[in-house]
Amino acid sequence: MTDIALDLSLYAKPAADGTLVMELAVDGIACGACISKIEGAVKQVSGVTEARLNYTNRRLHVAWAGQDAEPAQILTALESAGYRGHPFIPLRAEQEEAAEARHLTRCLGVAGFAAMNIMLLSVSVWSGNVTDITPETRDFFHWASALIALPAAAYAGRPFFKSAWRALKARTTNMDVPISIGVTLALGMSLVETFNHAEHAYFDSALMLLFFLLVGRTLDHAMRRKTRAVAGNLAALKGDTALRFVGDELVSVPVAALKAGDRVLVKAGERVPADAEVLAGSSELDESLITGETARRRIAAGATVYAGSMNYFGALTLKVTAAGGAALIDEIEKLLDKAAGAKSRALRLADRAARVYAPVVHLTAALTAAGWLLAGAPLHDALVTAIAVLIITCPCALALAIPTVQVVASGALFRAGVMLNSGDAIERLAEADTVVFDKTGTLTLPEPRVANGATLDRALLQLAAQLALSSRHPLAVALSREAIVRTPFDGAVEEPGQGVHVVIDGAEARLGSAVFCGIGETIGSEPGASRISFSYNGRGITIAISQKLRIDAVETVAALRARGLELHILSGDRSEAVAPIAQALGIGKWLGGLKPAEKIEIVEMLKVQGRKVLMVGDGLNDAPALAAAHVSLSPIAAADLTQAQADAVFLGEKLAPVLETITLARRARRLMAQNLWLAVLYNAIAVPVAIIGLVTPLIAAAAMSGSSMLVTLNALRARSNQGAKP
Amino acid sequence: MNVIIYLLPMALGLGLAGLFAFLWALKSGQYSDVDGAALRVLSDDDLEK
Repeated sequence: MTDIALDLSLYAKPAADGTLVMELAVDGIACGACISKIEGAVKQVSGVTEARLNYTNRRLHVAWAGQDAEPAQILTALESAGYRGHPFIPLRAEQEEAAEARHLTRCLGVAGFAAMNIMLLSVSVWSGNVTDITPETRDFFHWASALIALPAAAYAGRPFFKSAWRALKARTTNMDVPISIGVTLALGMSLVETFNHAEHAYFDSALMLLFFLLVGRTLDHAMRRKTRAVAGNLAALKGDTALRFVGDELVSVPVAALKAGDRVLVKAGERVPADAEVLAGSSELDESLITGETARRRIAAGATVYAGSMNYFGALTLKVTAAGGAALIDEIEKLLDKAAGAKSRALRLADRAARVYAPVVHLTAALTAAGWLLAGAPLHDALVTAIAVLIITCPCALALAIPTVQVVASGALFRAGVMLNSGDAIERLAEADTVVFDKTGTLTLPEPRVANGATLDRALLQLAAQLALSSRHPLAVALSREAIVRTPFDGAVEEPGQGVHVVIDGAEARLGSAVFCGIGETIGSEPGASRISFSYNGRGITIAISQKLRIDAVETVAALRARGLELHILSGDRSEAVAPIAQALGIGKWLGGLKPAEKIEIVEMLKVQGRKVLMVGDGLNDAPALAAAHVSLSPIAAADLTQAQADAVFLGEKLAPVLETITLARRARRLMAQNLWLAVLYNAIAVPVAIIGLVTPLIAAAAMSGSSMLVTLNALRARSNQGAKP
Repeated sequence: MNVIIYLLPMALGLGLAGLFAFLWALKSGQYSDVDGAALRVLSDDDLEK
């Protein structure tokens, strides 16, 4: 591999000062000392002018003078320091989010500054009102408050005003509408009252409200960015290279740089980088990532192959038909469009609350004004009381009730190895009452494993596994995972298409087909298993390699069932391969040999029966069903497109995150409901006080901060694992 | 009470100074790698040169 040039020009971007810059996701960072080691190693490369590691999101920014350095040298320098760098192109969405995060933080800073300073003035006025403040001093303090509050609110309130305006233009309403109305009216009324030398002004309430809401929004945003950064790094870590022909020479290029019409070489044991047509060579392909089918497909020149297929035998020369990200099977693309279009957008809890809340609040305020007018109060007093109602009901607690729980819960999920793609997924996860699993790569591990390890001689199996380290053949790769000693034998020779052999302590060891090893197969044919033989010193074993269940699949499935969830398996693999898995897990409702369209049909049928389906799948063939389901999960090894459709992605080799996700989501959902009721309770107490006209700015400030704090503290309970109920 | 005529703007000025310090820190990227900054302070590579 090393003698083939690596072309990374795709990732090098020209910077303003004439240098080239590249972003790398760095793997293997363990401690603080890594920072100087990595930066030091990269700066040693001649021509590199800048290397800065962002420890928080594990990314390295490198700049070098155009001609003086090769990007490949930077990777080599990193590697010799013990780290692996994966170049990537920062997503546009990520850059936009970074800009928005900065904007929100600026707004937060301004609102915090203003709220604190106005509160200082307000406390003086409040204590003066019960002692001996002169009206002139009070007016002066009110004017000073207005001077701070009006520009600060105009600046810090923009996120809310803009969102409210967008909602109103689309003729809907959201939580930001009552917030914007409340803040604007509070400021407007306070200004008028200040003109009239009145005793009360609500500048402090308006700014405090903005400050609390901005805290919630900034945290929410930060959590989502963190998740996205990690997801971006994982995508970069997965980023493969392909061997592209330039004339007759091979150049290693990132898969993302492939274009339609390129000729590429795929060796045995490598994945097909893009949808392509076979020009030369013949082989067998494992397409389980695409169709879920574990039996291999024979292909020869002229066949069409899909990105993600594993090449088992010969080297293939391919002509790329659809490059990189566009790689899709037509049928799946069509189904996906349909499923995504038909997906009934579940109305989020927060929106539902806003839809009820806004009219009720505005009606209450109007009725208050009307009531006071009928009771003979002057217009000015009636209006002031009505606006006080709007201020006190301004949905601070309500607007924080759900986002705070979402932030805490997605943080807890993040630590459990589950990354949410969308915040409202938590609510939908909590509602799920049926779990539909795909088999290949979801219930089973994505890569095959040794199936009969317990029945084999341990010493021989270890030798075989160590020898397997020298081969790229997929079966050998699967076998090599058993190796405890991770150093390959010196002098191991691979005979293409047959096996590897090496001399250990004077005796020859052979790993490959039974014929190559010169032994008869010692095990009978097991359905769904592939066999690889090993002989050493006159002794031989046959090792069965097959798809293995995730280690904790049985317990997790049992726990899910104990929580009252109905379980199904829908697989694209043959029924004979699905049956033993379903039996081992005790899942009665299973179907095999399904096409993507049939998977959707079954998911739709379950939906018609009123079930909320959580679909867990990894294959390209699952992507449409994931989009059609109420909510969906994918393991990290899933096809890119499938991951993009899933509401959350889980890491690791265990199935337990599925259970953990549901547990956490249910608890979060309970806390959201609790928080909404807390907000309602707060209003039930505060609103009558406001209606009878007893609210002063002091009461408004205390009530608002008190209720916001209560809701936030309650949300923190989503984090602890204690008291988890099924 | 005339003292507040200049005390108040002074207090506000101090507050504004704090706000601008924060905005400057934000703009110069001091909040973009908070974990890294905590660890970099322990490294004394800069002393060797």
